[in-house]
Amino acid sequence: MAPTRARATIHTSFLLLLLVIFLSCDLLDRIIASSGEASEEEFTEELLLKPLPDKKILAHFHFQSTVPPSDSIGHHHHLFPKAIAQLVKKFHIRELELSFTQGRWNYESWGGSDPMSNINAKPPGVEMWAVFDLPVNDINESWKGLTHALSGIFCSSVNFLESSTAYSAPHWGLRTNSSSMRYGALPREAVCTENLTPWLKLLPCRDKAGLASLLDRPSIYKSYYHSQRLQLFSSDASGIILDQTLTVVLQPNVQRNGMPNSYDRFLQPNWSIMSMFKKKVTGQCALAKASSIFIELEDGLATELEKLGAGESWNNLAFDLSVAPDRVIKEHNSMEGKSSSILYEFKVVKYSKYEPLDVGIKWKLPLVWSCPEAPFHARRFLMGSGNERGSIAFSLQPTQSRDQFLSDSHKCTVRAVIFQVVPWYVKVYYHTLQIFIDGRSVPVVDVVEKISVSPSEDKVSPGSLQMMLRFPCDMNSTALAMDFDKGFLHIDEYPPDANQGFDIPSAVVSFPDFYSSRSYLEGNCLKHPPLLLKLQKRTVLQSYTEVLLVPLTTPDFSMPYNVITFTCTVLALYFGSLLNALRRRIGEEERLLKSKDSKQVGLIPRLLSKLKGRTLESHQSSSGSTASSKPGAKWLFKVIFVAIFAVLWHYYSNID
Amino acid sequence: MSPYSGSMYHGSPLLLPVLGPLTVNRVKGLPAHLFCSLIFVIVDFVTAMLIRATGQKLMSTYHRSLQLLNLSCVQETAGHTHVGDLASLIFLWNPFTIITCAGSSTSPIDNLMIVLSIYGACSGLSSLASFGWVVSTHLSLYPAILVIPVILLLGYGPDAPPSKLFFLKKSNESGGSCPKDKTCSEQKSKEESHIRNFCWRPVLFFILWSLIWSSYILFLSFISLKEFGGLSEMVKKTHGFILNVEDLSPNIGVFWYFFAEVFEFFRSFFLIVFHINILFMLVPLVIRLRHRPCFLAFVYIAIMSMLKSYPSVGDSALYLGLLGLFANELAEMRFSFFLLCGYVGISLLSPVMHNLWIWRGTGNANFYFATGIAYASLQTVLIVECVSTILKHDRMLRNKLTT
Repeated sequence: MAPTRARATIHTSFLLLLLVIFLSCDLLDRIIASSGEASEEEFTEELLLKPLPDKKILAHFHFQSTVPPSDSIGHHHHLFPKAIAQLVKKFHIRELELSFTQGRWNYESWGGSDPMSNINAKPPGVEMWAVFDLPVNDINESWKGLTHALSGIFCSSVNFLESSTAYSAPHWGLRTNSSSMRYGALPREAVCTENLTPWLKLLPCRDKAGLASLLDRPSIYKSYYHSQRLQLFSSDASGIILDQTLTVVLQPNVQRNGMPNSYDRFLQPNWSIMSMFKKKVTGQCALAKASSIFIELEDGLATELEKLGAGESWNNLAFDLSVAPDRVIKEHNSMEGKSSSILYEFKVVKYSKYEPLDVGIKWKLPLVWSCPEAPFHARRFLMGSGNERGSIAFSLQPTQSRDQFLSDSHKCTVRAVIFQVVPWYVKVYYHTLQIFIDGRSVPVVDVVEKISVSPSEDKVSPGSLQMMLRFPCDMNSTALAMDFDKGFLHIDEYPPDANQGFDIPSAVVSFPDFYSSRSYLEGNCLKHPPLLLKLQKRTVLQSYTEVLLVPLTTPDFSMPYNVITFTCTVLALYFGSLLNALRRRIGEEERLLKSKDSKQVGLIPRLLSKLKGRTLESHQSSSGSTASSKPGAKWLFKVIFVAIFAVLWHYYSNID
Repeated sequence: MSPYSGSMYHGSPLLLPVLGPLTVNRVKGLPAHLFCSLIFVIVDFVTAMLIRATGQKLMSTYHRSLQLLNLSCVQETAGHTHVGDLASLIFLWNPFTIITCAGSSTSPIDNLMIVLSIYGACSGLSSLASFGWVVSTHLSLYPAILVIPVILLLGYGPDAPPSKLFFLKKSNESGGSCPKDKTCSEQKSKEESHIRNFCWRPVLFFILWSLIWSSYILFLSFISLKEFGGLSEMVKKTHGFILNVEDLSPNIGVFWYFFAEVFEFFRSFFLIVFHINILFMLVPLVIRLRHRPCFLAFVYIAIMSMLKSYPSVGDSALYLGLLGLFANELAEMRFSFFLLCGYVGISLLSPVMHNLWIWRGTGNANFYFATGIAYASLQTVLIVECVSTILKHDRMLRNKLTT
């Protein structure tokens, strides 16, 4: 019996095995199929380094993840962050941009018109906008959910943008017509490493390998400006494209031997990746499709090099690159008589842990150049004193590069679009808009081509202003001023340090007549890495103004109990004494007084009489004539006594 | 654009097309609000004239009723002031009135409507009284409580000594002094006609007219706000704004600071308490002062201007002007010097404290709030003293009649 049973068990186990094999084959098929799909999920990493005219270095990290359109978005991903995919799916996002910025972009010395600064310069704090693919009524709900989700993902207070006082719906001021856009900014948000860590978690290699491993926290947060950004495009045709960029402006350590002399003072600092990030590149992220480092020399610098006759080679008489570049890409410039920027590309794939890449530049000759500035420089400031009212002023001033943008600067006009959101407690009187061109007041209708205003509503919505101006190109200054009243808030609505003031978010000033783009003609256009494709995109020139700090009047924060008691005391006095006056029957009282023995005298009259040095009897004799005024005097004394007591009490409670 | 978009305007939609253009049209070399201020000066002048007319009516009625009581001696001993002239002069020369005009506040229009309603009620013109009452209620909600004195005025006629005194006199006369002949009974019947009965006719007219005027005003508002949310929006942004005390900007009252400081979960409780406080005193005052509806109206206006959510000096200007109407009765008021000094002191200190706090940043909100508290206390003292003096006056009349 035993062998037959054993055979039977072997038989069944064989069958089971077969079943398992079949099943696993099926699974394998599926896995292969899904991995075939997943092979289209792509990830690329790039780093662009660029010397700036004021001896600082711009480092721009660019990570791009893409996912093709499929049904499995939000369910299963190989490279693409699942959290983001689920966000896109749940909230029906078309486009999204979220930036965390610390520091202010210096438009004068770091550039304003090249694509790099045009795209990556962001206002301080948090800025977020999103375009939804939803009917108009559902957008606000979706925005609220999105802010909460993002604040959870990025460990930040983006959820403050949820309240309707914090966001607005620009129709045409920020981008082209879209009614399904929401825009919000938190200018005071502090950005720190706790925001960077979740941002890095979205990368397939995190900061363990590849270019992201260069993100050394101390050197990033020591920088003059750093802006960490997340940009998302989603469409049915192309799936989801997620761009994560980190822009840092660093000051390289100057290590020079010997005494500084005048020659050295103009010399650019030498730097390398090691000196800036305390690390070397030890190979690319294994999951990345492409990984490269670029060094860009902008056109101003290229012109200087050309003047010196240095050429494009990587070790010329002006500077030495520490590593030979794999490719030199030159910008194709349509304009005559202007040299174009140069890009040196280094492929990270060739390097490894044993042969790390440490790109650097060593300057031999002092070079002075200027950055490409925007044609007009937009600034914003506050006017007036006191805490009751003030005015906001914008000024647009031409920069030196205006003539480069305008062929005939005498007969033309320039358009500028201003988009400004003000919190409700800054109550702007939009009708007081005044415009001055070259110091002379100009009628508003002559300059403003299009304006749309949505006034702020107390504790409900912020005010927003979208305005298109058209002014002559040859003006030397344009100024706009609007008056506002400052609101008074409830004690709970003030931030912890109320006397510091409140921040008004940056205004966005864009110039629809001017575009910034780079064009690289070499090779196949589509084969360019994503960063270069990004730089090639034609974008409208725009710049952010400064954040304004508005001081508001503060109540006394230590007073709530005192105010409640004082006010209620006054009301009780009113109520009690009026009711007493109405209730009192004087006739009966007089009768009572007559019947009563009038020897009883109040405490205060007795004290008074003692003070006056009179005897009680003489006072009593005279009290008959002043009987009518006595209760009133008593009452008054009581009021004064209570008031004195209250004042003393308040004084001593405040001393504590 | 809706006039209520943007929390800037909380007035009536009907006031805006009248006053709006005046603030915008600018003549070179003149300040922008000059025309607006001029309008307010005219409005204030009309108000003063109406107060004068009301005062004359009051005087004649009171004189007549005293004669009926054979108490003309009271007038002779107490002195005889033309209260109408006095009140209108007090109103016109009050610094508060002048400041209100210079600051182009809209309170002169509210004041005119309130005075119009009292004048109309005094002279028995139901339509005028109801017009004033409806418009002033529409403009600032609180004058709604004036419906009680207005109805009493229409029903009983202007102020008189308590009706009890007339009965007392009648019983005295019938008790002995008057011989029982025909002339006496004739006189008695004549006097009885002067003992005032509540006549319903003008009151019914008043109610009818009020319905007509309010539907007319609502209709006009509806037309002007048809595209912007209609009447519900208007009620929310005008009367709702008054009741909710949403704006916490400093004013001469105490509630702005109270609601800026009070804890959020107590807010609705205190809102109810403060507004009930106005309504609470209505009934006791009516019981004691129903024979003096004009004085009742004055007390109501004073209480209103003390306890309203956004008080202004324009409201004080009105009740201080009306105070002059009762100069004869209130001649014996106590603390009048103290009150005068208080008013002068507060009106000097309050702007100083405001300036120190808001403009210079050296002061504290508490300093300004202290002036507000003191002002509220002063008003309390004034109201209580006025009421007790009037009651004392009536008592004095009664004493004169019985002895």
